[in-house]
Amino acid sequence: MSTEQILSSDGLPLEVSLRKAERKNKLKALFLVGPLFLFLIITYVFPIGDMLFRSIDDRKITKMLPNTFTAIEKWDGKNLPEEPVYAALYEDLSYLKKTKTYGKIIARLNYEKGGFSSLIKKTVRKLGKFEDGNYKEQFINVHKRWGQPEYLVALKNAAPNWTYAKYLKGVDLKFDQNGDIVQQPEDRRIHKILWLRTLKVAFWVTIFCFVLAYPISYLLATLPMKYSNLLMICVLLPFWTSLLVRTSSWMVLLQQQGPINDLIVMLGLAANDNRPELMYNVIGTFVAMTQILLPFMVLPLYSVMKTISPSLMRAGKSLGGTPFVAFRKIYFPLTVPGIGAGSLLVFILAIGYYITPALVGGASGSLISNTIAYHMKSSLDWSFAAALGTMLLVGVLTIYWIYNKLVGIDNIKLG
Amino acid sequence: MSLPTYTSWNYRIWHYTYLTICGLVFFFLIAPLFIILPLSFNAEQYIHFSAKMLALDPEGFSLRWYEDMIYGTKNPWGLAAKNSIIIAFFATIGSTILGTVAALGLSSRHMPYKAAFMALLISPMIVPLIISGTAIFFFMAKVGLAATHTGIVLAHIILGTPFVVITVTATLTGFDHSVTRAAASLGSNPVNTFMKITLPLILPGVISGALFAFVTSFDEVVVVLFLAGLETTTIPIQMWVGLREQLSPTIMAVATCLIIMSTLILVSAELLRRRSERLRGINR
Repeated sequence: MSTEQILSSDGLPLEVSLRKAERKNKLKALFLVGPLFLFLIITYVFPIGDMLFRSIDDRKITKMLPNTFTAIEKWDGKNLPEEPVYAALYEDLSYLKKTKTYGKIIARLNYEKGGFSSLIKKTVRKLGKFEDGNYKEQFINVHKRWGQPEYLVALKNAAPNWTYAKYLKGVDLKFDQNGDIVQQPEDRRIHKILWLRTLKVAFWVTIFCFVLAYPISYLLATLPMKYSNLLMICVLLPFWTSLLVRTSSWMVLLQQQGPINDLIVMLGLAANDNRPELMYNVIGTFVAMTQILLPFMVLPLYSVMKTISPSLMRAGKSLGGTPFVAFRKIYFPLTVPGIGAGSLLVFILAIGYYITPALVGGASGSLISNTIAYHMKSSLDWSFAAALGTMLLVGVLTIYWIYNKLVGIDNIKLG
Repeated sequence: MSLPTYTSWNYRIWHYTYLTICGLVFFFLIAPLFIILPLSFNAEQYIHFSAKMLALDPEGFSLRWYEDMIYGTKNPWGLAAKNSIIIAFFATIGSTILGTVAALGLSSRHMPYKAAFMALLISPMIVPLIISGTAIFFFMAKVGLAATHTGIVLAHIILGTPFVVITVTATLTGFDHSVTRAAASLGSNPVNTFMKITLPLILPGVISGALFAFVTSFDEVVVVLFLAGLETTTIPIQMWVGLREQLSPTIMAVATCLIIMSTLILVSAELLRRRSERLRGINR
C-alpha cells in the first residue's frame, strides 16, 4: 500500500512547500523587529554591558605599573620582597614622573590602603637622587613605609586586571591586607543601610499603593461608564503629568509654611512655632512616591476587575454568603493577577526612583539611585557607581523576570 | 449609586464609608496638582497663599510670573522650551517608526522567540532610569555625542519605543488579518497594503503610542541630566535646577503650563483610545 504524496501547485510536496512558506513568514517578522532590535543592542544593551565591564575593570593601574606588577607576582607576601621588585618599581615610577602621570595611581592605591598619597609623592620627589643598584635600601631610606610589608601587599593586591572590590564595597565589605573579605569599619558601613532603606521604601510604597488603589479600582470597575470615565481622569491626569510638576506640588504642600502644616496647626496638633518637618526626610519620600506611583497600581487592578462579572458576587450572596464572605472567597481571589501585576510594577519603579527622593527626601530619605548619581556626578568614582548600578540592575531584572513569568510582559496596560 | 430600599442599615453605613474613602483617595490623587494653579498667579514672591488671595482680592493675583517666564531677561525657559520641543519632536518620530515596525513583527503569528524579544524591547521602561542614564552617558561620551541634540534624541528614542511597542501591539491583538490577505490577493504589494489598509486601522494605537513617546521625552529628566550641556538644556532640567535652589513662583507658572499641556494630551489620548476600541469592535 503506498500513500500518494500531496503536491502543491509548483510540484513540491505540500510539507516542503509549507515549511518554506513558514520560514519566509518567520524571516519577514524578524526583519520587521530587526531595526529596533539592532538599535537597542547598539545603543542600550551594549552600553549596559560596558557599564558592567567598567565596574570590574582595574586595568588602568596595571598599565601604569607594568614592571612592578610582573616582579611582585612571585613574591609570597610575607617577608619584604627582594631587590628586583624595587628595581622594577624604580623603573615604573621614573617613567610616570617623566610623563607627569603618577597622580593617577595615587587615588587607586590610597583606596587600597591609606598613606600611599604621601608615600608616592615623597618618593617621586626624591627619585632624581637615586643611584644605580641597591634600590631596596634607597627606597626604604626615602620613606620607611617601603620597608613595611603591608604597603607592598597593598601594591600586590592592586595588580590583577579584574577586581570585584567595588561590589564588596557596595555591601560594606572589603579586602584586608591578606586578601580576606572582612567588614568595613563601623563608621563606613553606609551602603547596607541604603539598600535596606531602598527595599523598605519600595515595599511600603507598594503596600500603601495597594491599600489605596484597591477600593477606587473597584469603584471604577463597577460604576456605570459615564461616571467611571469621569473619575478615571483623576487617575490618568496625574499619570500624564510631568514627574517634576507632581514632585514640586508635593514640595509646595509639605513645606514648613505649606497648606498641610497650616492644617495641622489649625487642628491644634502642633504649635505654630513647632511645625513638624514633613519634607527632606523619609516621610516626604513615602507620601510623594505613593501618590506618584498610585496610577500604576490602579490601571492593572482596574483592567482585571473590569473582566469580573458582577453576577459571581450575586451568586455567592444568593447561596448564603454574607457580602464579606462573598468578597473574600470569590472576588478577591479573582483580582490576585491584577494585584500581582500592579505590585510588581510599582515595586520595580519604586526601587529605582531617583528624582522624587532627591528633591523631597533629604539625607534620611535618599535611596540607592541617589547614591549612584552622587558617585557619578560628585565623587566621580564611576566604577563604584557602575558596580552599585549593576547590583540594582540584577535585582530589578530578577523582579522583571518574575513579572514576565506571572503576568506576561505583553499584558502591561497603559491607560 | 443609589441603594435599593431593602438594604440593611449596616450595609448602608458601610457603603457610605466606602464611598467616602474612595473620595479621599481621588482627592489625594488629583488635589496636589491643583495647588499649583492658584499659586502661579500669586502677586507676591512667596509660595504660599497670601491673605489677599484667600480673600479673593484681585490685587492678590497677577500674571507677573508668566511675564517673567516669557520675557524675563536671565530666564532660560525660552531656550529650554525650544530644545525640549525639538528633541521631543524627533524622538517621537524615531520611536514611533521603530516601535510600530517592531510591533508589526512582534504581532505576527510566525515571530520566533516572541516573549524574549518583547522582554528585551520593553526593558528600557523597566530598568531604573539612573542605570539607563549612566550606561547611555558612557556610550554617548565614547562616540562623541554627549551634550548634543543628536545624543539626547537617540537616548529618548530608546526610552520612548517601549510605549509605542506596547500600545501598537495592543491595537494589533484585535486586528483582522484577513483584510491584508484580501489586499494581497488583489495584487497589492506589502508596503502599499501597510500604508492603505493596516496603518489607517491601527492609527489610533500608533498616535497614542506617539503621544506616550512625546510625553516621555518632554518630561524626561534623569538621562538628560547626564547628557545635556549648557546649549542643550531642556525644560525638565531647568525645573530640576530651580527646584533644587528654591521654589519660585516662576516654576509654578511653568508647572501650570505643563499641567495644561498634559490635560490636552490626556484628552486626545482618551479620544483616540475610544476610537480605536470602536474601530476594533470592542464594546465595553
